[in-house]
Amino acid sequence: MSLSVSSDCSSSSSSAALEWKFSQVFGDKVPGEDVQDIDIISAIEFDKTGNHLAAGDRGGRVVIFEDKGGKDDMIEFTPRKELEQLDSVVSKHPKFQYKTEFQSHEPEFDYLKSIEIEEKINKVRWCATTNASSFILSANDKTIKLWKVKDRGKKQVKEMDICESVSSENSLLAEKSFVGGRNLANGHSLELTKNMEYGVSSYNGIHNKIACLEDTTLARCQRVYAHAHEFNINSISINSDWETFLSGDDLRINLWNLEVSNQCFNIIDMKPENMDDLIEMITAAEFHPFHCNLLAYSSSRGFIRLVDMRQSALCDRAARILKDEKSQGPKSLFTEIIASITDMKFANDGRHILSRDYMNLKLWDLHMDASPVATFRIHENLRPKLCDLYNSDAIFDKFGCCVAGDRLTFATGSYSNLLRVFAFGTGSEEGVTVTANKNSNRKPHVQPTTRARRSSLSNLARGFYRQGHDNHSTTGNELSYDFNSKLLHLAWHPTASLIACAVGNSLLMYSA
Amino acid sequence: MATMNESLYPVLVLIDELKNEDVHLRLNSIRRLSTIARALGEERTRKELIPFLSENNDDEDEVLLAMAEELGNFVPHVGGVEHASVLLAPLEGLCSVEETSVREKAVESLGRIGSQMRELDLVESFIPLMKRLAAGEWFTARVSSCGLFHIAYPGAPEALRNELRTIYGQLCQDDMPMVRRAAATNLGKFAATVEPSHLKTDIISMFKDLTKDDQDSVRLLAVEGCASLGKLLEPQDCASEILPAIISFSQDKSWRVRYMVANQLHELCEAVGQEATRMDLVPAYVQLLRDNEAEVRIAAAGKVTKFCQILNPEIAVQHILPCVKELSSDSSQHVRSALASIIMGMAPVLGKDATVEQLLPIFLSLLKDEFPDVRLNIISKLDQVNQVIGIDLLSQALLPAIVELAEDRHWRVRLAIIEYIPLLASQLGVGFFDDKLGALCMKWLKDKVYSIREAAANNVKRLAEEFGSEWAMHHIIPQVLEMMNDNHYLYRMTILSAISLLAPVMGSEITCSTLLPVIISASKDRVPNIKFNVAKVLQSLIPIVDYSVVENSIRPCLVELSDDPDVDVRYYANQALQAIDQVMMSS
Repeated sequence: MSLSVSSDCSSSSSSAALEWKFSQVFGDKVPGEDVQDIDIISAIEFDKTGNHLAAGDRGGRVVIFEDKGGKDDMIEFTPRKELEQLDSVVSKHPKFQYKTEFQSHEPEFDYLKSIEIEEKINKVRWCATTNASSFILSANDKTIKLWKVKDRGKKQVKEMDICESVSSENSLLAEKSFVGGRNLANGHSLELTKNMEYGVSSYNGIHNKIACLEDTTLARCQRVYAHAHEFNINSISINSDWETFLSGDDLRINLWNLEVSNQCFNIIDMKPENMDDLIEMITAAEFHPFHCNLLAYSSSRGFIRLVDMRQSALCDRAARILKDEKSQGPKSLFTEIIASITDMKFANDGRHILSRDYMNLKLWDLHMDASPVATFRIHENLRPKLCDLYNSDAIFDKFGCCVAGDRLTFATGSYSNLLRVFAFGTGSEEGVTVTANKNSNRKPHVQPTTRARRSSLSNLARGFYRQGHDNHSTTGNELSYDFNSKLLHLAWHPTASLIACAVGNSLLMYSA
Repeated sequence: MATMNESLYPVLVLIDELKNEDVHLRLNSIRRLSTIARALGEERTRKELIPFLSENNDDEDEVLLAMAEELGNFVPHVGGVEHASVLLAPLEGLCSVEETSVREKAVESLGRIGSQMRELDLVESFIPLMKRLAAGEWFTARVSSCGLFHIAYPGAPEALRNELRTIYGQLCQDDMPMVRRAAATNLGKFAATVEPSHLKTDIISMFKDLTKDDQDSVRLLAVEGCASLGKLLEPQDCASEILPAIISFSQDKSWRVRYMVANQLHELCEAVGQEATRMDLVPAYVQLLRDNEAEVRIAAAGKVTKFCQILNPEIAVQHILPCVKELSSDSSQHVRSALASIIMGMAPVLGKDATVEQLLPIFLSLLKDEFPDVRLNIISKLDQVNQVIGIDLLSQALLPAIVELAEDRHWRVRLAIIEYIPLLASQLGVGFFDDKLGALCMKWLKDKVYSIREAAANNVKRLAEEFGSEWAMHHIIPQVLEMMNDNHYLYRMTILSAISLLAPVMGSEITCSTLLPVIISASKDRVPNIKFNVAKVLQSLIPIVDYSVVENSIRPCLVELSDDPDVDVRYYANQALQAIDQVMMSS
């Protein structure tokens, strides 16, 4: 049966059993500085190993962070004094570092339909890792691109060595140019030109040697999967066979082969003959973590449909529909709006699905389709204010959710940059609330000059480590919400207790 | 540099460009790697060029792809077969890059080199390389290794062979589905090299593992391997090992697996023999023809003819034909369309009686199908139909279908039927054509869509070729020339182009007597577009007609056009005049 939870907010909670501590921030803003719209993060995702984190923003950029695994190094190299200041928690958690960024999408204009296509990244997804390269799928409203991010640091050093010591056995080939002096002397400058060619920016445009060696990652667009979506793409998900992926828009879901960009198969089409009959839209779609034939998609009516691709080529008929049949309180004007599922994730056990609608986080068991096994109220105290929220359009905010890799613990966001963490099966269902507020207890930080926008590095590159003592509130009942600060996007590290969340233009990491 | 031989200079440029920052130059240089190698000589190629290339595997994919391809043909350049093993190093690196096409090309090249290598080298360098790849950290290397086993296995000594089979078995159970897919893809090739005694034990057990894989994509490839594996086995072994697998595949939950079975089943029939085919495969195939999933029925329907060719006629009539009848009224137009494109192939298999009795009604109902694709597919195979059922029977049913297609509201359908008209004409003969189709061909010349008019003009030409100029003189030319008086200039343009196409077919005499006057009079047209097209047509007529005609009729007309107020008309008239002058000069 369902463990529906009371919305009583008074209970104390050590429920998630972990204390969430601030760990890192990237893209901190100077107090008083306006957040530029294009800098706002719109998608984040860890790769399978948790060594990399990708963040896409409204400016069409994808920024990649790498876990330096630097716990040991840190102890080795950090002066003892500083080490003492560090939290013990800090050193056992992944430490991320800015690695690279690339311009994934550019604003476009569809002349046939006369609509502008924003460059905003709606989703990023990591593909299987091969060699030293990572592959990332990124999507804006219409187009999906496959990017290869390649580390070239080692090669560069090697090349320079060759050029300095010409004595190796392949002397002929290593010799300097036979013809004229137009060849570049070594791979270093060669690398620089390439960087510019592919729009990979280097540190603040100062192309000194060290900076170049640090940022030698090369991002290259491998494939473009275009012209397949009439509506806006809201999901991409890679199949467990690592060969195919799906892309879902408001009304349709397409299936692609990663290697083939000129053809895809429509597997789900919810578009009615007549658009006046439209009653339901797809809001999210995801493949099962290990059964290659199963996929789930959620709808604006609050349903989650589970589809078996083995049954037929067109998957319009769902194998199972998960819907919460118990009505939640009295019906109102907004019941239908807030029923819409804004995000949905499979848990790694393959048996549970987490869904987020405007007011709740729900955990479903695939074996029980009549109701969720647990419902967590996120901001029940907003219920009387729905009318205001409707008028300000805030009611259409799309909050994301994420699941821990190893257990049924989940996180989602709310207004006032609240991060809510819940655990299933611990008895208490209230969860932990953390204010993901980077301005708390922050020492004034002097920022260097104004940044060149779009051309150079995004603000995320200016990440720095800051030890945090953030406000910890375990109650979710503050009455004054800041509706402009909302925590929409977040991702859980696949192996560690680490949550990355996007707050405006900053990326904050919390660990426990 | 001063001492350098002049002839070596281009080679040095190429070597230089191997290191250039411009991808195109590097690519160009790689493409001419054999030239470089020839210039360097075998020894230096081995000691300098190849090591350089081995280090150079961090380039752009297109450069690597070209390199992988070139190296496959490099054995002569390194000093022949005894030195072939030096080529393995650069290719080994390319076998683990992330771009699939590069890896595939590298494996292909390695295969080519490996199959030339001496047995000793194979054991000393090729097999160790393969083992390194198979134990590679990255799945890309392991994927590549799967494609090399069939090269190395025949040359390996007994002890090593055991090891290779074990390694392949491990690859079939790799963690990464990509590796298992590669193992499944190459299983057939590998099996072909394995001794029959091990075939029944090791290979079959690998095959069974793959057929039970979690991933549909792996099982799909296992199905593909069924046929090639089946052909290697003795019929009774095939019946006992492969047959159960394929039968269970044909009932698989995944439609994609069943789809593959439907595509492959006929190939297995030979392998298992007549008896097993009749007992097991026919029921399985019938089931696939009645599958719930349209995609599966499409695949099955597409193989009906091939399947029937293997069976004896009674079984085909008894079991398959009823299904075909059902498929001809299938709810999916794609199924009917697939059926329509192959159904006529069944006629020779079934014989005349069964064809007229059973197949003809199906055929006729498909010819009346509501979807044009289905009808078109039938008509495209008309030559096969004709042989079996007489033309009289055919023409009764055919004509309404053709007329309907000819007037279809989709222009692409009309276009498709126009393209079949010459075929129809040759099959049906002049008499039938005159009665029924002649009018249609003329009507298309006045179609609303340009592509149709263009195709119609071409069609007229092909008909003239088919039936000869005598016939065309009576049945085409009068009607065509009549239309030159049409009010609409676009239609007049179509006729003009039809005339220019017909002229070479009709020959000089008819052109001068009948076609040319019409063209000359068209040069007085009020629309400039017609006039400059007249100039173009006249130019095209120069080689066909006599010199006197050119001078007496064509040139005066062009001279007149070259004074036209319209600039385009003047331009084309002058072009044509120049062409005349050139012909005069040369003759």
